[in-house]
Formats: sequence, C-alpha cells, structure tokens
Amino acid sequence: MTDLDEEAATSLDAGTVASLSGAAMTAGQHLTGTGGDALTVDGISVRLAGREVLRDIHFTVRAGEFVGLIGSNGAGKTTLLRVILGLQQPSAGVVRIDGADRPRHAPAVGYVPQKVLLDPDMPLRARDLVGLGLDGNRLGIPLPTRRRRQLIDEMLRAVGAGLFGDERVGNLSGGEQQRVLIAHALISRPRLLLLDEPLANLDIRSEQEIVELLARVAREQQISVLLSAHEMNPLLPVMDRIVYLAAGRAASGTTDEVVRTEVLSKLYGQHVDVIHVHGRILVVAGRGDGPAEPVGEDGAHCAVPDWL
Amino acid sequence: MFSGFMVNTWTVATIVAVVAGVVGFFIVLRGSSFVADAVPQGAFAGAAGASLIGVSTLVGLGVFALIGALGIGWLGRRSRQDVATALALVVMLGLGALFLSLSVEYAPEIYSLLFGEVLGVSTSEVAPVAAIGAVCVAAIIVMYRPLMLSSVMPELGEARGVRSHRMEMCFLVVVALATSMSLPVVGALLIFSLMVGPPAAARSFTSKPLLAMALSVVIALATVWAAIAASYTSNWPVGFFVGALGAVSYGTGRGWAAWHRTRAARGNARPLAV
Repeated sequence: MTDLDEEAATSLDAGTVASLSGAAMTAGQHLTGTGGDALTVDGISVRLAGREVLRDIHFTVRAGEFVGLIGSNGAGKTTLLRVILGLQQPSAGVVRIDGADRPRHAPAVGYVPQKVLLDPDMPLRARDLVGLGLDGNRLGIPLPTRRRRQLIDEMLRAVGAGLFGDERVGNLSGGEQQRVLIAHALISRPRLLLLDEPLANLDIRSEQEIVELLARVAREQQISVLLSAHEMNPLLPVMDRIVYLAAGRAASGTTDEVVRTEVLSKLYGQHVDVIHVHGRILVVAGRGDGPAEPVGEDGAHCAVPDWL
Repeated sequence: MFSGFMVNTWTVATIVAVVAGVVGFFIVLRGSSFVADAVPQGAFAGAAGASLIGVSTLVGLGVFALIGALGIGWLGRRSRQDVATALALVVMLGLGALFLSLSVEYAPEIYSLLFGEVLGVSTSEVAPVAAIGAVCVAAIIVMYRPLMLSSVMPELGEARGVRSHRMEMCFLVVVALATSMSLPVVGALLIFSLMVGPPAAARSFTSKPLLAMALSVVIALATVWAAIAASYTSNWPVGFFVGALGAVSYGTGRGWAAWHRTRAARGNARPLAV
C-alpha cells in the first residue's frame, strides 16, 4: 500500500480528465503476484444501444483493499461490474484480474448480484445456495459428503448466517439473504469480491452489519472488495478508496482526494458542492451561490437539510 | 385391473409419472408453467398433422414439441418469455386447427390426444416411452447443479460460467421430449397438470431441493396410479382424475404449509438475525 498515493493520484487524473494514465496502467500489469493489483480496469468504454454508458474508465483495486463504486442510479455501476465479470463486452479497454488478461469466468472473482425477489416457497435452503457457490457450475447432483457439509457450515458461520442455514432462502429477510449471497460468493475462495448494491433496501442496522462483515472479510482473508452503492456514507469508515462514477466517467482515489468540489464538478460537468456534516458527506448540485439542487435521483445521497 | 393389456398401461403411466415429477420440479422452480402448458398443446397439432400425412403420431408430436420449445426459447431470449410462449402456442394451435379441418374421420383419436388414452397402451409403445423417459431423467440429473443455479438466480450462474440461455434451451428440449412421450398417455391438456401439480405440492412439504424432487415423483406416481384405478372402475376419463388429484395434492400442500407456519409462529420463533 506504499505507492497507493501515487496510484491514487494517477487514477484521479485519469478519471477527471478521462484520458491520461493508459501508459501507467499498462506498465502496472507486470507488477503481478501477491500484493499487486487484484483488479485493473484500463480504459473501459461501453456502448449500449448506441449510447455511451461508460467512457474510458481507469482504476485499480489492490489486494485486500475495500473499494466503493459510488454513483447514482443509472450511472453505469452494474454495467461496469458486468464488464469486470466478463458478462458484458466493452467497446474499448481491458480488464485484468491478478495482472492477467481476464480469463473467461475466472474463479478468482466472487459476485453478489443486485438483489432480486426470490420465491418464498422455493425449496432451496440457505445452505443449498451456499453449496451451489462451491460447485454449482459442475454437472450432476451434489454428493452430501462430510467435507462439503463442514465447508458450508463454516462459511455460514463466517458470515453470521449459522442460525438460518436450514431456512428457505426466499423466506429470509433482505439482510439475511445478503449474508447468504456473500457466503455463496466467498466459499469458492475468490481473491476479488464484487457486490452490486448490496446495501439497497436494507434497514440501517443491517446495512452497518453487512458493511462491517465485508470489511472484516477483506481485512482477515486479504480479499479485495469492490462494492457498488448509490450512497457513500455507510462506507466511509471502511473504504480504502473510492471510484466515483458520474456521467459515464470515473474518478478514483481516497475519499478525500475524490469527493471534493473541484473533482466532482469536473466529473459531473456542472458545479456541485461537497458538504461535510457531522462526518457525513453530502454532494449537492447548484450554480455557485445559487440555490442547491440534488444531484441524483436518490434523496438520501443529495438531500439538502432544511437549515442549509 | 392388473392383467393383460393393463400391464402396459401401468408401466407406461409409471414412467410418465416419474418423468413428470422430475422435469416438473424444474418447471415450477423456473416459473415456466405456461411453457409446460403451451408445448404439449402445440405438440398436439403436430400429432394431428402427422396422422393427416400418414406418419407416426409420436414423430409428429416430437417434431412439433421441439419446434415449439426451441421457438419459445429463441423468441424469449430478446423479449418477454410469456409473450413468446403465447405466440408459439397460437401459431401451433392455428396449424392444428388447419390439420383438423383437412381430416374428417378422426374424432376419437383427437379426443384421446387431448384427454389421454391410458387404458389402451400397446406393447410397441412401451419401449420408446421408456427410452425417452430415461433420457429425460438422465439429462435432468446431469444438468442438476447448473440448471438449479441458473433457475434460482441467472446472474449467479452467469458469473460462474453457466450460460443461462444455453441452460434454458437444454431444459426446453427436455420438456419437449417429456411432452412427446407423455402426451399419448395423459393427453395434451393434462400433462400440464401432472408436471405442475405434484412438484408445486412437494415444495410445500420440504425445503430440501432433492427431497422436494423425490417427493414430487412420489406424488405424481400416486396421482397417476390412483387416477388409472379410479378411471378403470368408474369408466370416467383418466384426465379428469389426474387433474382433480393434482389440484387436491397442491391444496393439501398449501394447507400443510399454512398449518406448519402457524404452529411455528406460536412456538418460539427464531430471532430475526439482521
């Protein structure tokens, strides 16, 4: 993490100016092995139905780092995660995982997709879903070995899901399902964990617990975490770095480097104010001294308190 | 009831029930009940066409079931699956109407294709039904884990290299095969109830996936056997009993689940952990 500052500064420039640092990143691919970059996103652009959804995105995630991918709804967070997973073909740029060009469906990547409503009657227990994370891509019926059961039990306990391993997945609460999905993603021992809006629709306590769980996983198991969210405040205590996505472009670096009036104004292409209130950060749009307007659709992200 | 030609009936009906229980488990899990309704009804038109041009009914069934299933999968890739299914269904039913209008002396056979002819299974039909049934069950066992993953959450499967569209196509082919082998026995209108009723009932009784699949086979077997016995003694159509018993087993399952829930709620419920 010693050269983190330099790295951060580079990608910050790249993000705001949206062009630089290609050379720096290309040099970076040779620095593989432990302690190197778990993930390099190098000049990724994506066009969907003729519209440019992402433009020249650069950033890196180092081993064991917790990185927040922040942006409002429709900023392209899911698209970017799908590119990293290899499910979406970029129109330009490359993704490297552990320094290597992304192999198809790398087992080194765990994925927790955006939450969907699961059928509560579905005959599938939490432990079955975790088991599918272990060997769900293999053919045949899973053989109930003691080893398999132990692995699943350990994983369920590790994410605090030990109590409801035998319950139907569809019957669990949002936070409980999120824990089970995290266990599903972690049981194959990935080096990189991607999570798409895992905090959406969670109550405040569940939100905190999931964030703490992920931070602990990243720290203790040296797994890099890239988590997308439209709200950065719950992540502030644990985030090593932030990738801020707006208008199809990204700025990355530490929170202090990126979430600043100058950087975000450039990114959004309009003036925004970054306001610190009691350790929370508000990003509000407006014209200089004029009345402030929320930036995204998300109220919590941009809401301006009455007294401001 | 158990002698002579009835031996074939029992054998074929047993095979049909096992296949319907296994394949139906995934039909219900994937929410594809409408497909399970459309494929056999479309295949019925194939049977009508086959007998019009003098080919074996089983061939007509197989061809139309496959075309229908693959058409649904292909169209459903880019648009809503229910719309694709409905369109495939009406096109095939339209062809069926045409084929029927071209032939006149055909009523009893059509009736049996629609509602089943369990009591008149010939020895020559047993072998092909057994072969196709074995293929269907083997295919589901081989595909079990990736099919489960992509049925529960397609994104999870995709992330692990399980192409959900490929899974869908493979599964539809199995549905088409299962349909064409069961249709002459239980009829186009009623395979649907056999493929949906027992698995839907089974999932109320257990949360374990493999046990639910096994239970679905057991309920399908019980349904079919009871239906044949009742039909044999009462002379009412087998289809009536299959449909009625399917609904009864589903109702029983829901009732059991509801009773279980209230009992669990009264006992000390697990504290909600986040």
